[in-house]
Amino acid sequence: MADERKLAYVMAFNEAVKQQMEADPNVFCAGEDIGAFGGVFGTFGGLQAKFGADRVVDTPISEQAIVGLGVGAAVTGLRPIVDLMFMDFICVALDQIVNQAAKLKYMFGGDAVLPLTITTAGGGGLSAAAQHSQSLEALLCHIPGLKVVMPSNPYDMKGLMTACIQENNPTVMIKHKRLLGMTGHVPEESYSIPLGKGNILRPGKDVTIVAYARMANEALIAADELAKDGIDCEIIDPRTLQPLDTDLIVSSVKKTNHAVVVHEAVRFGGLGGEIASQIQELAFDYLDAPVTRIGAPFSPVPFSPALEQHYIPDSKTIVQGIRDVMARV
Amino acid sequence: MDLPVHVQLDLHRRMVRIRLFEEAAGRLAESNRLPGFLHLYVGEEAVAAGVCGALNDDDHITSTHRGHGHLVAKGGDFNRMMAELMGKATGYCKGKGGSMHISDTSLGMLGANGIVGAGSPIAVGAAFANRYRGRGQVAVAFFGDGSTNIGAFHEAANMACALHLPIVFACENNEYGEFTPRDKTMAITDIVDRAAGYGMPGVIVDGMDVIAVHEAAVEAVERARTGGGPSLIEAKTYRFYNHHGVQNLGLKYRSDDEVAMWKQRDPIFTLEDRMIENKAATRDQFDAIWAELRAGIEAAIAFADESPYPTPDQIMVGVYTSMSGAN
Repeated sequence: MADERKLAYVMAFNEAVKQQMEADPNVFCAGEDIGAFGGVFGTFGGLQAKFGADRVVDTPISEQAIVGLGVGAAVTGLRPIVDLMFMDFICVALDQIVNQAAKLKYMFGGDAVLPLTITTAGGGGLSAAAQHSQSLEALLCHIPGLKVVMPSNPYDMKGLMTACIQENNPTVMIKHKRLLGMTGHVPEESYSIPLGKGNILRPGKDVTIVAYARMANEALIAADELAKDGIDCEIIDPRTLQPLDTDLIVSSVKKTNHAVVVHEAVRFGGLGGEIASQIQELAFDYLDAPVTRIGAPFSPVPFSPALEQHYIPDSKTIVQGIRDVMARV
Repeated sequence: MDLPVHVQLDLHRRMVRIRLFEEAAGRLAESNRLPGFLHLYVGEEAVAAGVCGALNDDDHITSTHRGHGHLVAKGGDFNRMMAELMGKATGYCKGKGGSMHISDTSLGMLGANGIVGAGSPIAVGAAFANRYRGRGQVAVAFFGDGSTNIGAFHEAANMACALHLPIVFACENNEYGEFTPRDKTMAITDIVDRAAGYGMPGVIVDGMDVIAVHEAAVEAVERARTGGGPSLIEAKTYRFYNHHGVQNLGLKYRSDDEVAMWKQRDPIFTLEDRMIENKAATRDQFDAIWAELRAGIEAAIAFADESPYPTPDQIMVGVYTSMSGAN
């Protein structure tokens, strides 16, 4: 469509925040450098100018207190968006995320509502080295009480961020740093994508690829490559990792009889293990080959581009992984 | 001693309620009728009572692992508290939280907390929300001397001051972080010395004197409510029992003489003696108050005893709210 409106992933995030702040006076943002500066990736650009410093709050570099600010404000009736600049920094705030935000409602016997959105930026590919490049989503998905969201494109970003802000449970919205400039169709009007609903990014019949965030895009490239060999890939982007759309994944595998799970996080202990396990429990009789996991090697993210480009899985890794799976038939 | 008699009696009543609840909980724990850990507030009643007596019903507090006293002082219901300590379905948290997570958000009590120091950042959030709404509510963070050594306290105090929030940091300095004396874990004697580093006023009060605590709290709460920003109150106090459980004497880390010295300064009896001396109340009046409140605690134990346990189908209830997108 010629008149289709295009927007960058980062601006899709920004627009979702802006529209929800317009719609609900209880929504506010707090984080490091998000005010006049607009956030290190420009994610909050222009929002303080529009909504004022009381609603777009520059905080000290204090990750525990930033999340605590969100927890306390949420449990007393506001709808906070708190930003942790890099995903690696969730480790600084883990008590407030894991022991407080995720558990208050349960520990209080249900007598708490926590409409809290924690936003952060994950993933590698910028030579940002081991403390600014991690993919720690599996750690968060292991915590009952949290919801974890990782969009792979601008359209999903806006719809999922809108859903996160409207959600009455603590959510963690993980932007991928390498997708910030990705452009795509994003409707101007507000819309939300339900948390827990995956997406068939590409229909196919021979093998199911489960991939999210940047890896979903690498899987699309891989699928085009494999199509030349007559291998028809179906790509499932779960979009939300907790709750996980297991039904969509399993129904796809029942059709294709093959499954490959791809993530940028280290393979060992990653979400791929959980997804593979779900597939084997729920679709074992349909599988023609073991479920394959593609992920990073079990090392910190290396700095040098010469190393990092081999560390992070890409379309070539995925093509090879799928060829291996199909060769086992 | 300019406080009106009815205010003194209100503070007294809050303290007696705490004492009775805690002594009852201790007795139940001794006879193995309470599951889990029990951190008793006995000895520190003047702090919770003096501070909460300065608050409105819609003000917020965050608490600690030693949190029963804070909930009682904010108006907590004995029945639901005792049922929660027993892990019953009728408890404040439906048996999901227990002693260390007891809470009542309708009273503005945002939870006891099993993580030392974790309440202060949450109080900062409540204070932020209170200012945001502009209804003049304030937040109080209760915390111990030991928790001022953890990063969360520092972050919370600094952020509260940087954002000039309506909050009071109420420190219960009972001289021990669990089983280790304060002088082994910090190089300062007074927690209040930390306040200057954040740019907020701080005051030391006798934490065994409920009137002194209350007067300091009234001033700090007023400052917060009128846009004057955060304050720190350090109440010098003492827990009569062990860090957890009901032992009070023969402990390896503090002497029996020290315990006896502090018990002579019992905050409730100190107030009663003073009020009788000042002819503000009589012994008979106090006896009647104790008897009335004691009946309430006995009824609460019976209520908790008779209450059902939660059923296993409740395990997954309350992990997430089913409401989504609604406000």
